Amino acid sequence: MKLHRRDFIKTTAVVAAATAAGITIPYACKEKADTMDGNWKWDKATCRFCGTGCGIMIATKNDKIVAVKGDPLAPVNRGLNCVKGYFNAKIMYGKDRLKKPLLRVDNEGNFSKKGDFKSVSWERAFDEIEGQIKKTMKELGPTGIALFGSGQHTIMEGYAASKLMKGGFRSHNLDPNARHCMASAVAGFIQTFGIDEPAGNYDDIEITDTIVTWGANMAEMHPILWSRATDNKLSNPDRVQVVNLSTYTNRTSDIADIEIIFKPNTDLAIWNYIAHEIVFNQPDAINWDFVTKYTEFTAGVVDTGYGMRKPDHEKFTDKEKETVKKEVAKVLSDEEGTTLAYMGYKAGDTLEMKNRGSAGKHWRITYNDFKKALAPYTLDFVAKVSKGDNDELLEDYKAKLKQLADLYIEKNRKVTSFWTMGFNQHTRGTWVNEQAYMVHLLLGKQSQPGNGAFSLTGQPSACGTAREVGTFAHRLPADMVVANPKHREITEDFWKIPRGTINPKVGSHYTKIHRDIEDKKIKFAWISVNNPFQNTANANHWIKAAREMDSFIVCSEAYPGISAKVSDLILPSAMIYEKWGAYGNAERRTQHWKQQVTPVGDAMPDIWQFVEIAKRFKLSEVWGKQVIPGLDAGLPDVLEDAKKMGYSSDDTLYDVLFANEEAKSYAWPDPVGKDTINTEAEGDKRNVVGSDGKVFEGYGFFMQKYLWEDYRKFGLGTAHDLAEFDRYHEVRGLKWPVVDGQETQWRFNSKYDVYAEKAGVGDFAFYGKALKNILQGDLTKPNKDLGKIKLKNKAKIFFRPFMESPEIPDKEYPVWLCTGRVLEHWHSGTMTMRVPELYRAVPEALCYIHPADAIKYGFVDGDLVWIESRRGKIKVHIETRGRNRVPKGLIFVPWFDEKVFINKLTLDMTCPISKETDFKKCAVKLYKV
Amino acid sequence: MTSRREAIVKLFKTVTLAGSGGLLWANAAKGAISAPFALRPPGALHTDDFIKACIKCGQCVSVCPYDTLKLGTPGDDKAIGTPFFIPREIPCYMCTDYPCTEICPSGALDLKEITETPEKPNINNAQMGLAVIHKETCIAFWGIQCDACYRACPLMGTAITLKMEKSEVTGKHASLKPIVNSDICTGCGMCEHACIVDKAAIFILPRDKATGEVSNHYIKGWDKSDEERIKNQFGSEGEENTKSTLDYLNEDKEFSD
Repeated sequence: MKLHRRDFIKTTAVVAAATAAGITIPYACKEKADTMDGNWKWDKATCRFCGTGCGIMIATKNDKIVAVKGDPLAPVNRGLNCVKGYFNAKIMYGKDRLKKPLLRVDNEGNFSKKGDFKSVSWERAFDEIEGQIKKTMKELGPTGIALFGSGQHTIMEGYAASKLMKGGFRSHNLDPNARHCMASAVAGFIQTFGIDEPAGNYDDIEITDTIVTWGANMAEMHPILWSRATDNKLSNPDRVQVVNLSTYTNRTSDIADIEIIFKPNTDLAIWNYIAHEIVFNQPDAINWDFVTKYTEFTAGVVDTGYGMRKPDHEKFTDKEKETVKKEVAKVLSDEEGTTLAYMGYKAGDTLEMKNRGSAGKHWRITYNDFKKALAPYTLDFVAKVSKGDNDELLEDYKAKLKQLADLYIEKNRKVTSFWTMGFNQHTRGTWVNEQAYMVHLLLGKQSQPGNGAFSLTGQPSACGTAREVGTFAHRLPADMVVANPKHREITEDFWKIPRGTINPKVGSHYTKIHRDIEDKKIKFAWISVNNPFQNTANANHWIKAAREMDSFIVCSEAYPGISAKVSDLILPSAMIYEKWGAYGNAERRTQHWKQQVTPVGDAMPDIWQFVEIAKRFKLSEVWGKQVIPGLDAGLPDVLEDAKKMGYSSDDTLYDVLFANEEAKSYAWPDPVGKDTINTEAEGDKRNVVGSDGKVFEGYGFFMQKYLWEDYRKFGLGTAHDLAEFDRYHEVRGLKWPVVDGQETQWRFNSKYDVYAEKAGVGDFAFYGKALKNILQGDLTKPNKDLGKIKLKNKAKIFFRPFMESPEIPDKEYPVWLCTGRVLEHWHSGTMTMRVPELYRAVPEALCYIHPADAIKYGFVDGDLVWIESRRGKIKVHIETRGRNRVPKGLIFVPWFDEKVFINKLTLDMTCPISKETDFKKCAVKLYKV
Repeated sequence: MTSRREAIVKLFKTVTLAGSGGLLWANAAKGAISAPFALRPPGALHTDDFIKACIKCGQCVSVCPYDTLKLGTPGDDKAIGTPFFIPREIPCYMCTDYPCTEICPSGALDLKEITETPEKPNINNAQMGLAVIHKETCIAFWGIQCDACYRACPLMGTAITLKMEKSEVTGKHASLKPIVNSDICTGCGMCEHACIVDKAAIFILPRDKATGEVSNHYIKGWDKSDEERIKNQFGSEGEENTKSTLDYLNEDKEFSD
């Protein structure tokens, strides 16, 4: 039936009203709404950008995306979007979209590192990749190759990359840009709960009475969640309290009842103050029932370094060494003398970093030891250590800290703590994550509606892909790890590859891949769906290494950014809605979409690129004996075992990993893909000439569905359960674990989580299995005589001390530099800087500086000035007004703008446990151009 | 760039001084008397006074570090040779050292206009225009989390604030709607420049075109500070006109037929 204009208005109104009331819309009505726009087709998808995971509807016409709208049925956003989401329709059609493979060649057309980019065929591109990988593997073995993965990979892309790298090439040098954003959260989850990802979900935002943001500018970084937080505040302004903790004033302070501006790194001290207030002054607040039944107290090592290389590295300049020397030994400050006294240290002592390689070491302690360690964190001490704005009165600041503690402590007050990069990008990122759980667990305010510590994700599939698929150097799917022989076997069995194929040695993390290229340990690197040469700290080193070392760098990209520019081969890649895919957001919600349009030019999906290179490798070339640096025995020859499994040495990785019998059983066409294009399965109307010089006509089966179902096996029965492929095309996402078709709202809570219920230990069960068999000891060290303790179904309450960042402002570099993002631009800006409207709104990155500091340096607003660190310098325009108001002595510069290349200045120090870089603090100086 | 501007300045000087006839002059003359929608640099006198005072020397245009200021050319209806700006192209970046105002030799741009005694001149006192929002095309009013104008505003949080309201569409989100406070807005146009819709939904109008005016006979009872309006009121209700009253009363025309 044809709908008339008035009917349409009525239908829309019904949809809106029904969704607002949480009512399911009659299918017939929905169907009408979907098909009414003549030859336009509407279909559901997810927003391309942040970890919020808003649902959108995409309108296509003549194989082009013409419009988007917020999906009224999407539980996250109910039809709304932020300004980036508003422009989803425009991101794929920038004028400089990459459409052909480009290779650096000399005049003869041979690859030349110093050559200019020239357009080549896909076949030529794959010839070069194949040759370069084989050359590298011959020289360095499997660990000579690496893949920079992504928290923006679709789940199936991440899974294909993992299978290819870990199962096929036997290299764990696969690490995602999510290392830069979520690794500390992961390590915090694993160490505390034994399993990754948040217990809560976005409904906490409405249910809670108290929203505390720690290093999370939600107003700009998660705008739709922020609008939900705002709504909660508006609904009950007296009851609902909002506290914003940050090192500068940002938009999240707009509705905050309390704003706490602290000195960089001192969030560690503030958490301990809250715990001190509980333990020493308001001990009745401790929920002993909860603590005794479900937790144990733990402590760990502190002499862990800061994730930098050792100072004797030949590539360091003398200036760099001033900071890097602290990697091996640091003279303790007065404050550290106090906070590390429990370890027997005092101010002026040199802390030798003996546990650089074992930073995660921890053991059980007693409550009394825990209490003893917290003793120094009085209000007076912490206020002095942490006050970040010299213009604020100490007494005012103290009052705010006390109010914050009281909000956490107040009986019957629900509290949800949110954080993002302020915590995670931190040289003690894992610790500060754990401290959040420390307070929530002590109070018993965890894993309940409105109560909990909630790590928000930055990227759209940092959870879904990077973490759940495990595209990290140390991980395998479903929270399994490379170092565990049983986990490797499980993975090998699921992948139907011989036991012993998977390398037992953890690979290089994201920053280490860069370092390894500089150190000639990696000579082939492939970049996929990220921009490592713009997003990594201390960029001068890595860019120089990429361009000057004997290496080969492939960059799968949609637009020419810095990484494409420093690469040797560029592969034009299909963008999000040009392929089937799925993302997983910060509340464990997995959302799928279908391919909406044919890719532009000769661009092809990343899955296709991985699968095509798999065709170039015979088992005999990768599964023989392999040399691995640092692994004396090397990797065994598994070819005989492969034969026993029915494989031939001449089979390719394609045959084994991607086009096996099971894969082919997922037939295409498939009812779920009715009237939908599928470039991987059947090629497409462009007749792209593929990797073999022939028109690519598709694999003939439903590759994406196979990858999904193959991957899904890992999670079933392990509390990572996902639903069948088709189910996700009927719903607006599901929060895992999905058991018997039901999603899980609050994990570890027996009322909501069947796994917790099944554990049968009470109202809660922290059933994660990792790191649950630990030593016992006192505050300083474990005592092996006490034996190990099993923490089945328990979480850990960590004591973690305050320590300084290794580079703090001094006479020569007197100012803190903090980096971050702006609402208008996504990450390195390759997409959003090409949307004219967003470019116009924020055409360049500015340096936010305090007006008094500007005067001190003789700057006026808008001046172009130099900022210089020990590692590099750039020019930037200053701004004393606007969205970020910094205290004196601190500047903020966002990193989206490649013309204001702030990562030339930042320091590649990481949390030694999580290996996540601290982009939030280093020391700089400023002067006139 | 500078040389191009110098050339234009020279042209105007020639035009106005030599008074070359014909169409060009006619336009110049017309422009000189009516430029109601032109946005002037910070510190500009009020419309007519400004046009009278401006000697069209172009110095303000030359010192503008952002090339914001242009000179009126024949046919653009901005008063030929006088400075103006188009925020959607280049807004005023509100230099804290106000070079354009400071350099003006004629007093057409007057530091007094941006000075609130006893303080020093402050660019935040500029009144170049006033931002106006067209609600129907502002996507923040739709409920989209945009507020690009708010974040672009140099006086964020005062000149533009966000009005937070529960969203009727979803029932669990809030709309953050930009609101311009005309007491604070300088009319710099950073908001108009940043606006992400095709034709800006927030735009600058000259203050007299964007503001209303109320008479002083009614004071808001719910706003104590509103009494200031009558305190500042000077002059009287006008001279008593007893003659007309008497004339009226004595006139008996109405009674006769």
